[in-house]
Amino acid sequence: MVSIKGLHKKFGKNQVLNGIDLSIGDGGIFAVLGPNGSGKTTLIKAILGMVVPNKGEIKVHGEDIRKNTDYRYKIDYLPQIANFPNNLKVKELIRMIKDLRGKAAHDERLIEVFKLQPFLNQKLGNLSGGTRQKVNILLTFMFDSPLIILDEPTTGLDPISLIRLKDLIQAEKAKGKTILITSHIMSFVEEVSDEIVFLLEGEIYFKGPIQELKTKTNQPDFEHAIASILTDNHA
Amino acid sequence: MLKILKYSFYDLMRSRWSYVYFAFYLLLGILLLFLNNDLSKAVITLMNVIIVLVPLIGAIFGVMYYYNSKEFTELLLAQPLKRSSIFLGQYLGVALSLSVSLIIGLGIPFVFYGLFKSNAIWDFSLLLITGTFLTLIFTALAFNIALSNENKIKGFGYAILLWLFLAIIYDGLFLMTLIMFEDYPLDKLSLVGTMLNPIDLSRTLILLKLDISALLGYTGAIFKQFFGTNFGLIVSFTTLIVWVILPVLRIVFKSKKKDF
Repeated sequence: MVSIKGLHKKFGKNQVLNGIDLSIGDGGIFAVLGPNGSGKTTLIKAILGMVVPNKGEIKVHGEDIRKNTDYRYKIDYLPQIANFPNNLKVKELIRMIKDLRGKAAHDERLIEVFKLQPFLNQKLGNLSGGTRQKVNILLTFMFDSPLIILDEPTTGLDPISLIRLKDLIQAEKAKGKTILITSHIMSFVEEVSDEIVFLLEGEIYFKGPIQELKTKTNQPDFEHAIASILTDNHA
Repeated sequence: MLKILKYSFYDLMRSRWSYVYFAFYLLLGILLLFLNNDLSKAVITLMNVIIVLVPLIGAIFGVMYYYNSKEFTELLLAQPLKRSSIFLGQYLGVALSLSVSLIIGLGIPFVFYGLFKSNAIWDFSLLLITGTFLTLIFTALAFNIALSNENKIKGFGYAILLWLFLAIIYDGLFLMTLIMFEDYPLDKLSLVGTMLNPIDLSRTLILLKLDISALLGYTGAIFKQFFGTNFGLIVSFTTLIVWVILPVLRIVFKSKKKDF
């Protein structure tokens, strides 16, 4: 699905990604983890073509992403911070994105799931953070793309919406899609993901199932396993 | 690109600022006609206002729009769209909505005053065309500044400095050079000097058309002597087009390499 070779990215003097080699197969939920500033978002943005790498190559569905932008038809992306044009109405934003992608969408069902009907005619600038995140989730999941990238999807969600999000993710997985998630909420990651990719200082420190990480670090639970990686490397 | 242009254009047409800008020109047009009581004279006064104000508004508005629509841009970048079409679409959205405000705002009072029956119609059209060119040029320059500066305050600062330099300081420096080297032949120098500044160029262009020798000044006189009126107009227009194309090319080039 996604294959990355020797990816390097520098912002000024700050080396954010330092030779990432990663291949993500078809189907399943992959979590990208790491401390703040470890390059999670940069990695995701590089896959989306928003960040231009200094070195290395990225292929999505076997296509080099530098050649063409059409591969993004096969990706649904949920950005980390749900910022939208403020003077647009929710309805108009949904219509606009549908128009831009020109694909069949099932927005009606998702509006139902997240109870967004009362907000459709409101301007995005007047919505609360949580509601905005729901709109953000709706925009991401309304297309049927084989690859879904979620950057901190749980931000600002209430418990009910969180449960619905998890259901949504599982439903998409059941369809055989590949889902890439970054999150700081370890319980969420442990619950949903099949495999984790742990980034540390711009390199991949660990890639594999959570069970393997627990065995490797000799820790009984996931949260402590992650903590032990961090203390061992920063002590 | 056309879809982005459409959304940016609608977005701006609905914003308060477009109306303020439109209302300002409407008032200006009415006021000038009322005070001058003569179409041709109003056109001359208008020229002096447009030449200074349009670049300022274009520069500030361009920078402001770019920074304000950052979120929108990021949303678009994740969609299957080419970067060049995103930025060109936004640029044209801003430049065209500003031009529409200018043309309609000024057009309405002049039309009602009887523009179509007067022989000032060509002078007035030229004025609007030049105003549109200046909007296109300065919005493009503003987008260039904003693309190169992440920091909003710096971006605004540079935009205002650019306007100040081209609208005011440039003329001063130009005049000083002419005085300092008055013993030498300065024809070529002043021709090139005028071409290098779109504001000066627009002023010369309009004055050439209006054919008011008293207002032409040294450069205008040389322009006229060198090119003759018609050829002068063609050369000035070509240079204005180059002034639009170069910054637009840089928008395309710069946006391809930028990280978001």
